[in-house]
Amino acid sequence: MLKKLTLAAMLSLGVATGALAAGERSGGTLVFTAPYGSSFATLDVQASPNTQEEFITQAIHRGLYSWDSVQNKPVLELATSEDISADGTVRTYHLRKNAVFHNGKPLTADDIIYSYKRIANPKNAFSGASFIAVIKGADDYIAGKAEEISGLKKIDDHTLEITYTGPINPGFPLMQNTTVIYPSNVEDETSFAKTPVGLGAFIFKEHVPGSQVVVEKFGKYYEEGKPYLDRINIVLMGEDAARDVAFRNKEIDVSILGPTQYQAYQGEDGLKDHLLEVAEVYTRNIGFNPAFEPFKDKRVRQAINHAINAPLIIERLVKNKAYPASGWLPISSPAFDKEQAAYAFDPEKAKALLAEAGYADGFEFEVTASPNESWGVPIVEAILPMLKKVGITVKPKPVESSALGDAVTSNTFQAFIWSNLSGPDPLNALRCFHSKTLQSACNYTSYASPEFDKLYEAAQQERDPAKQSDLLRQANNIVQDDAPVWFFNYNKAVMAYQPWIHGLVPNAMELAIQPYDDIWIDETAPARQ
Amino acid sequence: MLRFTLRRILQIIPTVVVVALLIFVIFSVVPGTFAASLFADGKRAADPQMIARLNEEFGLNKPLMERFVTYVTDLAQFDLGTSFRTRQPVIDLIHDRMWASLKLAIAAMVFALVIGVPLGFLAAMRPGSVLDTVTMIGAVSGLSMPQFWLGLLMMYLFALQLNWLPSFGYGNGSFQNLILPAITLGVTPLALLARTTRAGVLDVLNADFIRTAHSKGMSEIKVVRWHVARNALVLIVTTVGLQFGSLIGQAVVIEKLFAWPGIGSLLVDSVAIRDIPVVQGTILVIVLWFLVINTAVDLIYAAIDPRIKQE
Repeated sequence: MLKKLTLAAMLSLGVATGALAAGERSGGTLVFTAPYGSSFATLDVQASPNTQEEFITQAIHRGLYSWDSVQNKPVLELATSEDISADGTVRTYHLRKNAVFHNGKPLTADDIIYSYKRIANPKNAFSGASFIAVIKGADDYIAGKAEEISGLKKIDDHTLEITYTGPINPGFPLMQNTTVIYPSNVEDETSFAKTPVGLGAFIFKEHVPGSQVVVEKFGKYYEEGKPYLDRINIVLMGEDAARDVAFRNKEIDVSILGPTQYQAYQGEDGLKDHLLEVAEVYTRNIGFNPAFEPFKDKRVRQAINHAINAPLIIERLVKNKAYPASGWLPISSPAFDKEQAAYAFDPEKAKALLAEAGYADGFEFEVTASPNESWGVPIVEAILPMLKKVGITVKPKPVESSALGDAVTSNTFQAFIWSNLSGPDPLNALRCFHSKTLQSACNYTSYASPEFDKLYEAAQQERDPAKQSDLLRQANNIVQDDAPVWFFNYNKAVMAYQPWIHGLVPNAMELAIQPYDDIWIDETAPARQ
Repeated sequence: MLRFTLRRILQIIPTVVVVALLIFVIFSVVPGTFAASLFADGKRAADPQMIARLNEEFGLNKPLMERFVTYVTDLAQFDLGTSFRTRQPVIDLIHDRMWASLKLAIAAMVFALVIGVPLGFLAAMRPGSVLDTVTMIGAVSGLSMPQFWLGLLMMYLFALQLNWLPSFGYGNGSFQNLILPAITLGVTPLALLARTTRAGVLDVLNADFIRTAHSKGMSEIKVVRWHVARNALVLIVTTVGLQFGSLIGQAVVIEKLFAWPGIGSLLVDSVAIRDIPVVQGTILVIVLWFLVINTAVDLIYAAIDPRIKQE
């Protein structure tokens, strides 16, 4: 079953990359949708961790690293090469000599140092500071105890040495939206929120608050021949139904689909052939609080995993817009174990496990849930009758999304249902199960296993990627066996695109975020392009 | 008239104070914080240090009373505070969105007035006629139709099927983009105006002074113009005022549906992420708008009917 699913996921990737075609053509306007809200919080993207602002970042800015959706890993972006010290903690970056900011300033090491200091500046309280914390001395700077970040050293204009706190892969933290590079010669920093200046392929043109951001081709972009598009209108469209009409009316070029639309589009000629699918890096789950007596027993948690028919819920409610989860790490993770079977739907086994644990008569628990259709109250309502059959009574506790975060991080829940980041970096994803990780950080189920810790700590020290993946795979299997959560599914993101759009990639990090500089429009596009 | 005007304007102040207090109290007790909302989508792990830094920066660690005093003091100086999310003054954010909201509300009201009042008038002049029946069926339908559904229907018909109008967006403020959201928003006040006008006119038509005017040989046109219209106007103006005042609040759904950049969508976004200063500021502006319109209606009312001023 799992092999079949993995194959399906790989095929999806194949379909997705099929969108990449030869014969790129320059010109045209892309109308791209930003579906996660009805406004951009700010154009100063270093200040904002929201997905919505990533649409702007991708066009206007660049970071030291970027995410390569085809290779499924972070790659160097603003440096042409790097030298790594023997212990893996010091990296010397040879920066691009042809990278120029939109205000005409060439990129130098000073810009990177300036940007990282701005992000980590305690007065700014930017969320990206936690990513900069991987650099040696950043913690002291963030705490206001140092004037400089000691791990940042300029060798010359185009050579930068960064000392990290350990032998980590700095690509993951330094490719983030909030760690992009700004020019160091802008005196009024508040101007970044209104007129952003970056190194990206597109230059900022206009922002109509609550409506759209318009960017235009930057002639001095460092990638020769790119970008292909003349202009991008990034329009705000939070409503699924409205996006559906606009897409069918050919007013927008791409649309992110929800479960219902996914099912509808699959059945329609002209739409079904232009769907881009990818297994994203999120695991939907119900987390159990071990402070609640029944959840202290592993057999109870395992029983719940056996009692729920996850594939049925995925088919009926999620309309197959997800892959059943067989553990914490998702299909797109390098440490995903494709041999590991998911918990089988087996109510009799569930009853036996409950009886062994002393809960033959069942018990009652509360699930804190947001209204989200794919990982909220509707899913809790679906598991209700399944768990009732093994004697467990579930009570949904509906809350708003922001209240869910509060309840979970303050440990005031019996169980919660959520969708959590579980990739692409397995080391970072499994950190949330390390006993030293605070509950309020991301060890939401207060998980503690000496066996897991041993494997995880070994993986932290391991420099060989294959060996590291193997250790993490074993650690992931321990988590699966301990069942601190009900493993529901891995999200399948789906994007519908117009037939004249090319160059879209299956971005497992977030499908809605696309590399605009690779996108091009062919001659079949309507006149508006 | 001046005393009447001043009295009405001064009545706004205590209402605003009470509303401000209510908003502050409600958003101080509802669960959820801005810092927690940053990772509510599960796309990043929670960072307790960041949460602590943000709560510190926004003064959320301070006692409730201290925060309230700061809020009231700032408000008294017309300072609505700074957005947690954008870190820009709330007043700037509202300013950026206000014109789009006003434009939508005005267009919707004009649409409702231009069609609703004449229809109601004509229906009342010919009670029981086909026009009357059709108008009243239309009015009941307009009042009972959910705006979200109607908006989708309009998009489907005028954008997707007929391809006459864009289905969404602000389009740099073009008139074409305004039509569908304005009509969708205007249908409810239109229906209400048609019904109110009809009822008001019918009431006047049955009054003794109309019978007297007719018996004195006054022409139908003159009776309608000098007696019916003027007397029915009081009820129409009241309805217009109430509807116009509440349109900005009602526009929330329409703005979200049509991706219209008004303060309604700003409010919804801000509530979801607990950007409290923006929520407080936006609600205050909506309430203020309602109060100003109602005060204006009271003043117009007094001008139309001197008896009100005397009362």
